[in-house]
Amino acid sequence: MRDRLRNLDWIDLFLWIVRAAIVAVILVGTVKTILNNPYTLRNWEDFIIFGIAQGSMYALIAIGYTLVYGVLQMINFAHGEFFMSGIFASTSAVAIPLARAGYLASHPIPSLLLIALCSILISISISLLTERIAYRPLRHAPRLMPLITAIGASFFWQYYFRGLFGSQVIPFPDIPQLEGTVPFLHTQVLKSHVLVIFVTLVVLVGLNFFITSTRPGKAIRAVAENKDVAALMGINVNRTISLTFATGAAMAGVAGMLYALVFHQVHFFMGFIPGIKAFTAAVLGGIGSIPGAAVGGLFLGLFESLGPSLFLQSLGIPAFNQLKDVIAFTMLVLVLIFRPQGIVGERLKEKKA
Amino acid sequence: MSKRFLALIAVLVAGLVLAACGGGGASAAFECTDEIGCVEVAAGAPIRIASALVISGPNADLGLDSQHGVEIAIEFKGDVLGHPVELQAEDDGCSAEGGQTAGQKIVSDPSIVAIIGTSCSGAGVPLAQIASDAGYAVVSPSNTAPSLTDPAQAWKPGYLRTAHNDKVQGAAMADYAYNTLGLTTAAAIHDGDPYTEGLANAFREAFEAEGGTIVAFTAVNVGDTDMRPVLTSIAASAGGAPGFLFFPVFTAECAHLATQALEVAGLENTVRGAADGCFSAAAAEAIGSAAAGMYFSGPDLAFAGDTYADFTAAYQANFGSAPLSVFHAHAFDATNMVFACIEEVAKQGDGGALLIGRQDLRDCLYATSGFAGITGSLTCNEYGDCADPKIAVYEIQNGDYVAIWP
Repeated sequence: MRDRLRNLDWIDLFLWIVRAAIVAVILVGTVKTILNNPYTLRNWEDFIIFGIAQGSMYALIAIGYTLVYGVLQMINFAHGEFFMSGIFASTSAVAIPLARAGYLASHPIPSLLLIALCSILISISISLLTERIAYRPLRHAPRLMPLITAIGASFFWQYYFRGLFGSQVIPFPDIPQLEGTVPFLHTQVLKSHVLVIFVTLVVLVGLNFFITSTRPGKAIRAVAENKDVAALMGINVNRTISLTFATGAAMAGVAGMLYALVFHQVHFFMGFIPGIKAFTAAVLGGIGSIPGAAVGGLFLGLFESLGPSLFLQSLGIPAFNQLKDVIAFTMLVLVLIFRPQGIVGERLKEKKA
Repeated sequence: MSKRFLALIAVLVAGLVLAACGGGGASAAFECTDEIGCVEVAAGAPIRIASALVISGPNADLGLDSQHGVEIAIEFKGDVLGHPVELQAEDDGCSAEGGQTAGQKIVSDPSIVAIIGTSCSGAGVPLAQIASDAGYAVVSPSNTAPSLTDPAQAWKPGYLRTAHNDKVQGAAMADYAYNTLGLTTAAAIHDGDPYTEGLANAFREAFEAEGGTIVAFTAVNVGDTDMRPVLTSIAASAGGAPGFLFFPVFTAECAHLATQALEVAGLENTVRGAADGCFSAAAAEAIGSAAAGMYFSGPDLAFAGDTYADFTAAYQANFGSAPLSVFHAHAFDATNMVFACIEEVAKQGDGGALLIGRQDLRDCLYATSGFAGITGSLTCNEYGDCADPKIAVYEIQNGDYVAIWP
C-alpha cells in the first residue's frame, strides 16, 4: 500500500480527483433530482423509450464499426457515410417518386420494403467499393494509413452524394400509417419508435444467428481470430473481409431507413454525427464485440436522453439539454477508466492489443 | 550575355520608374490620401465587390436568395462611374469557421472594395473582425443578432447592416404571442449561435416586459436530431407547459423541433413559433404538414414602391423562381448603398481610373441618411444599424409563407 502511494505521481492524483468529481456530480445530481422529482412517471418512461429508440439506431450502426474492427483492427471512419449513402440516395431516387405517384400512401408495406432494400443495397455497394479501392491495397500498410484513408473516403462519399442529390435538407415522405401512438404502461409510444425497436431486435437476432451458426458467419469469426490460420483452413480471406464490410453496411442501411422514418429528413452530412456516436457506442460496449455494440448503443441512447434531466437539471445548470453530448462522452470516459475493455468487451490478446 | 541581361533589367527598371513618375505627374490630386488605404481601379477595369453568404448546405436558400439580390442590384445599376461591377461570391457556411475562411479569402485580395455579407450572425462575428482589421467595409443584408451592432460586444468599425436588429423581431414576436394570441406563458430554445441566442433573449425580455412568464429557456446543439427529450423537459417545466414555444433556430433543427413538438406529451396545446432562420422554401418543405398552426416572424415583405415589382420580375426572369427567402431586398439595398458611397467618395483620374479611399467609404456608409431602398428609408446609426425595420408574422399555407400580422 505504501509503495503504491509512493508511486502515485501528481498526474495520477489529478486524474483520480477528476474521476471522483465526475462521480460526485452524477451522484449529487441524481439524488437531488430524485428528491424533488420534477417529472411524472410518464415523463420518465418517455425518456427511457426515446433513449431506447435512439440507442437502437446507434447499435445498428455500431455493429459495422465493431465487425470491421474485429476482423481488421481498423476503425472504419467512413462507416457513417455507408449509413448516409443508402438512405440519402433511396429517399431521393425511390421514396420521393413513390410518394409522388401515390403508391407510398396506398401500399405502404411493399413501398417501405422496397425503400429499405434499396437503402441496404446502396450501403453495401458503397462499402464494397470503399473496401476494394481504398482499404484492400493498404491491407499490409502501417495501421495509421487505412485510418487516414478512411477519413478521406468519408469526405469523398459525402461530397459525391452532395454532388448527386444536392446539399439541401430533403424531407422523407410522411407515411400516414406510421403516425400516431400506441398505449404502453403509463404512456403513449410513437408507432415509428415501436417499429424502430422491433426491427432492431429482429435484425440483431438475425445477425447473431448469421455470425454464430452459418458457414460465412463462422468464416468471419475465424478470420477475426487469425487470418493466416483461417487461410490455411481454406477460407478465402479477402472475400470474407468483403463480407464483413457488407454485413456492417447492411446494418447501416437498415439504420438509415429507421432514421428517416423517425426524423423525416435526410441530407448529405447526416452520417457524420451518428457515425461518431456509433463509434463511441462501439467503444463503450467493447469494440470488436457484437453484443458490446448493441449494449453500447443502448447505453449511449439512454445517457443522452435521460442524462441531462437526471444528472444536471437539479444542479441548476442553464440550458442543460445542450450538454447531452458532454454527458455521453463523460460516460464513455468513466466506463473506459473503470473497464478499459468496455462494458461487455473481453481483454484483447497481446496480438490485437 | 550576363551584361546584356543586366542592361535589359536596367532599362526595364528605368522604364518602370519613369512610368510611375509620369503617372504621378500627370494628375497631382489623384493620389491616395486615405488613412487606411485605397483601392485603385484602372481605367476600364471592373469595380470588385465580394459577397459572403451561405450558399451551400441546409441553409443555402437563405444565402442564395441574398446573393440573387446582390446580382440584381448589379444588373439594375449597370456601370458605376463608367466601370462595370464584378461580384466575387464566397460561402459563409453559416458557421464561425465559414465566416473566418470567407473573410480571410476576401481580405487577401486588395482589389475588393466592399463586402456584402454575411448571411448568418455566427459567421458575421469573425468576418466583421477580419474585415475591420483589414480596412474593408462590410454591409450585411441578413445578420440580425443584437450583439453585432453593440460596441460592447461584437461590433467592429466598418461593419453595417441593412437587416433589422433582432431586438425588434423579438419584441414583435412577443407582442404577437402575448397580445394577439393571448398566451401568457412561453418557452424559448436557441442553439448557442449568436443569432439564435440573441433572438431568443430578445424575445424573452420583450415577453416578460409585456407581462408574460417565461417557463423555460434552454438550448440544443446544431446537428441534434432527437429533440424529444428537451421538449419533454419543457413540457414538464415548473411553471407548467408553455402556451407559446419559440425556437428561432436554423432549417434542420427548426424542422425537427416543429415536427417533434407535435409528438411530445404535454405540448398538445402549445403554439409553435420560429423566425427568419427557418424562413425559406427548403424550410417549408422540411416542416411539411407540421406547419399547420405554427407561426414565423420575419421581415415584412409588403414593400411599398414600384422597385420591388421590377425586382421580383427580374428575380423570376434570372433565377426562375419566386424569392427563395426573405433577405433579397435587404441585399439589394445593401449593394446600392455601397454603390452610392463609391460614387460619392471615389476620386476620378485620367482616362476614368478610380481611387476609392477605404476610410472615406466607411464614413460615407455610416453617414447614410434617408437612403431610399426597397426595404424603406435607410438611416445608419454610428454602430451600423441601418434598417427601417418592419416585422411581420407569417404562417405556411400550401407551402407558401403568408403574412397574417400586423
